[in-house]
Amino acid sequence: MSKLPGPSDWSFELIEDYHDVIRATAQRYKLDTYPNQLEIITAEQMMDAYASVGMPVNYRHWSYGKEFIATEKNYRRGYMGLAYEIVINSNPCISYLMEENTMAMQALVIAHAAYGHNSFFKGNYLFRMWTDAGSIIDYLVYAKNYVNKCEERYGVDAVEELLDSCHALMNHGVDRYRRPGKLSLDKELARREEREAYLQQQINDLWRTLPRRADRPEEESVRRFPAEPQENLLYFIEKNAPLLEPWQREIVRIVRKVAQYFYPQRQTQVMNEGWATFWHYTLLNTMYDDGHLEDGIMIEWLQSHTNVVFQPPVGHRAYSGLNPYALGFAMYTDLKRICEKPTEEDRHWFPDFAGSAEGADPKAHAWLKTLDYAMRNFKDESFIGQFLSPKVMRDFRLFAIRDDEKDSDYEVSAIHDESGYRSLRETLSRQYDLGSREPNIQVWSVNLRGDRSLTLRHTQHNDRPMADGTREVLKHVARLWGFPVHLESVNPVGDIRQQWTVVPASME
Amino acid sequence: MTRQHIIDRRLAGKNKSVGNRERFLRRYKDQVREAVQRAINGRSIRDIEKGEDIAIPKKDLSEPVFGHGQGGIRDVVHPGNREYVKGDRIEKPQGGQGQGSGQGQASDSGEGEDDFVFSLSKEEFMQVFFEDLALPNMVKTALAEVPEWKSHRAGFSSDGTPNNLHVVRSMRGALGRRIALGASTKSEAKELEARLAELRAAPVTADDALIRERAEEIEAIEAKLQHLYGRIKGIPFLDPIDLRFRSRVKVPVPTTKAVMFCVMDVSGSMDEQRKELSKRFFILLYLFLTRHYDKIELVFIRHHTQAQEVTEDEFFHATETGGTVVSSALVLLDEIIRARYPTSEWNLYVAQASDGDNWHHDSARCREVIADKILPLVRYYAYVQVAQTEQNLWDEYLVLAEQFKHFAMRKVLDASQIYPVFRELFKKEGVDA
Repeated sequence: MSKLPGPSDWSFELIEDYHDVIRATAQRYKLDTYPNQLEIITAEQMMDAYASVGMPVNYRHWSYGKEFIATEKNYRRGYMGLAYEIVINSNPCISYLMEENTMAMQALVIAHAAYGHNSFFKGNYLFRMWTDAGSIIDYLVYAKNYVNKCEERYGVDAVEELLDSCHALMNHGVDRYRRPGKLSLDKELARREEREAYLQQQINDLWRTLPRRADRPEEESVRRFPAEPQENLLYFIEKNAPLLEPWQREIVRIVRKVAQYFYPQRQTQVMNEGWATFWHYTLLNTMYDDGHLEDGIMIEWLQSHTNVVFQPPVGHRAYSGLNPYALGFAMYTDLKRICEKPTEEDRHWFPDFAGSAEGADPKAHAWLKTLDYAMRNFKDESFIGQFLSPKVMRDFRLFAIRDDEKDSDYEVSAIHDESGYRSLRETLSRQYDLGSREPNIQVWSVNLRGDRSLTLRHTQHNDRPMADGTREVLKHVARLWGFPVHLESVNPVGDIRQQWTVVPASME
Repeated sequence: MTRQHIIDRRLAGKNKSVGNRERFLRRYKDQVREAVQRAINGRSIRDIEKGEDIAIPKKDLSEPVFGHGQGGIRDVVHPGNREYVKGDRIEKPQGGQGQGSGQGQASDSGEGEDDFVFSLSKEEFMQVFFEDLALPNMVKTALAEVPEWKSHRAGFSSDGTPNNLHVVRSMRGALGRRIALGASTKSEAKELEARLAELRAAPVTADDALIRERAEEIEAIEAKLQHLYGRIKGIPFLDPIDLRFRSRVKVPVPTTKAVMFCVMDVSGSMDEQRKELSKRFFILLYLFLTRHYDKIELVFIRHHTQAQEVTEDEFFHATETGGTVVSSALVLLDEIIRARYPTSEWNLYVAQASDGDNWHHDSARCREVIADKILPLVRYYAYVQVAQTEQNLWDEYLVLAEQFKHFAMRKVLDASQIYPVFRELFKKEGVDA
């Protein structure tokens, strides 16, 4: 086997040589990816990409400028290093390699991003269902140009206000349970005008102010709207807000579509980062075993790997919650172990696949089947609920703490012991459920015949109230809606615990 | 297997975030403006063109989203358990945030009171400054631009474009190279030629051996000579390394000297706000001059009843009390010009700021001094009155303004009103305002 040279400086030829070997190795593990497009960029370009939520192109907004300024400042002062890589869920899959990286780091990034993340984007059901990798870049170009045109026509201020309001609701602009249509630029464009005309007509219909015929039965006038509560606030506003102009609806739609695109990423942090980390670790180690890598290269990327999967314990200065890289990496690694060398405990917990690769030819990678299944069909919440093993809980020394407002103390509700594993796993799984992380807010009703006010309802989970900034967000809702907005915070029994009413500035 | 080529994006698409940064600055323009104004008041006129750090409270920058507040029941899993067992109770920290040890979110909001600090580049700083002064766009660009460049000869260089080729230099170089490279070969050939001639001219002899010997030597020499001439021929007549090009470097156009006199009334009635306004007026003229002159000297003259030449710091910051005799400054100005700044070498500009207060017998004298002594010497005389009242000084100056085109005057109560006093000046320099 030929050894790849291991200087610290990279060159184009060398990256291609490494890429060839990484690709061949990944193919042996049957990693299914989109075609790869590697791009060398400078640190400044990395900061640009950082600031616009990792995308190579995006519409303009001051908040991205803020992000850029903060990133640049921290980077220049040496407070933080830049991420080594950014990878875009697109087809072809674009991975950025930063100019400053050493050869070892470029190899790590290629294995991590171009094969790890890439195969995750292509395989995971959430990404397959909710995003269309083939058209995202085109759609963002369209979004940028559209927003630009609106700025020219209606003024930067008007567009900025609208985007501010949409961004405030971005997390509540996704369909959580319903499968949305895939994003397709051609269709979007073809239908835009049609849609605008149709939408306006629908809205006019809804808000018809002509007197009702006297012989109509009374109950129709009190029909409930919307008939069912709606979870996607931005969608509801796009379709039903009475005063928005067609271009404003289109911008609401753009923000909504972008939010939808990022929704799977927010739900698969542990899985996605863990998967990519597991694969750079596996691929580069295999290459070393095959005699391709020099010791110096190994030591360098391993050091970086060790930093990435470091989990500071609670109370440590660097502690800020569970490290998704560490947890995900540990879980996939443990799954592989359970397939290959299970203990009695594993057989009890995972009867379906414990020992499935036992005795098989190591070259056949029989454990791949389980890992592939686990990668494809879950999100963080269900992945942890299904696959977090007692061994990983012990290794991380996980423990759950209950913070009850009514109690003067915290209570340790479960630890990594026989009686705690299940409850610990459930608690952690819930912790990664976006539905419980973010307040559950739905469109409850619209007063069609009265003041046209919109009522939102927050259903409390574990009695947790809304945060202080709620009124600020409601101002944005009111701006979009154009009429008063109410928010009721309701506990599971149905009692209203908190209430807000905001009248849009335009009506004051 | 086809090789996928790596795309080098390093040269493309730099500064993609400029648009976003602009929008950010635009959104916070009030804070930015305030910071710029503070900076201008604190800086020396000469240091005006620098960036500045701006601080904005973080809470003003937040983007609100729906979130959970404190309270209710929260279950959180942490790593790194050391001694706890199920059922242990841990006291909540007093006063602090109950969720301090929670997720990443909590620690972020913990530092929420800090300011968001960022630096404004020199260009952005000047942009804000100009906006305050309400400069017409053409003037803004004229001031923001680097002065014009003029290309100057700077000897010769070994690379350049064919139209800059210096034929004589190149040929001279080629000749030298040919001589240098061919010298040893030529002298060797010369020696051999001499030997050859000697052999050919040698006396006839019957000694066969000697004849043969000579013939062989001649043959050898001829062969050698042929080789040497070949080598000499092989030296190229003109080689790329002989080429010499005229080299030109760019140097900024302004090559002359100017002196700017700042004259300000520092009597008791000139308060801080009026002085700051005056400072902007001086800065604007200074900036204008830096675009046109290589070397600019600043002379600060302050006056109340007496005038004196001072440093910039004393000029803006010392307070004096008492009455006002403007002519004292003008006389001093005239003396300084005549003593130190001959008009044959210096371009003279005067900027005078005052609140219009003057001892009433003095104003007519001011007009005389300016008209007779100063205006014939200076390129431009700008006067701003930073107060509304019209007194006799204003009236006397009005007479001057009608008489002389290079005397300009304005009443200025706000920074945006300063520019018009320079309108003629900028027009003169070809900037159509």
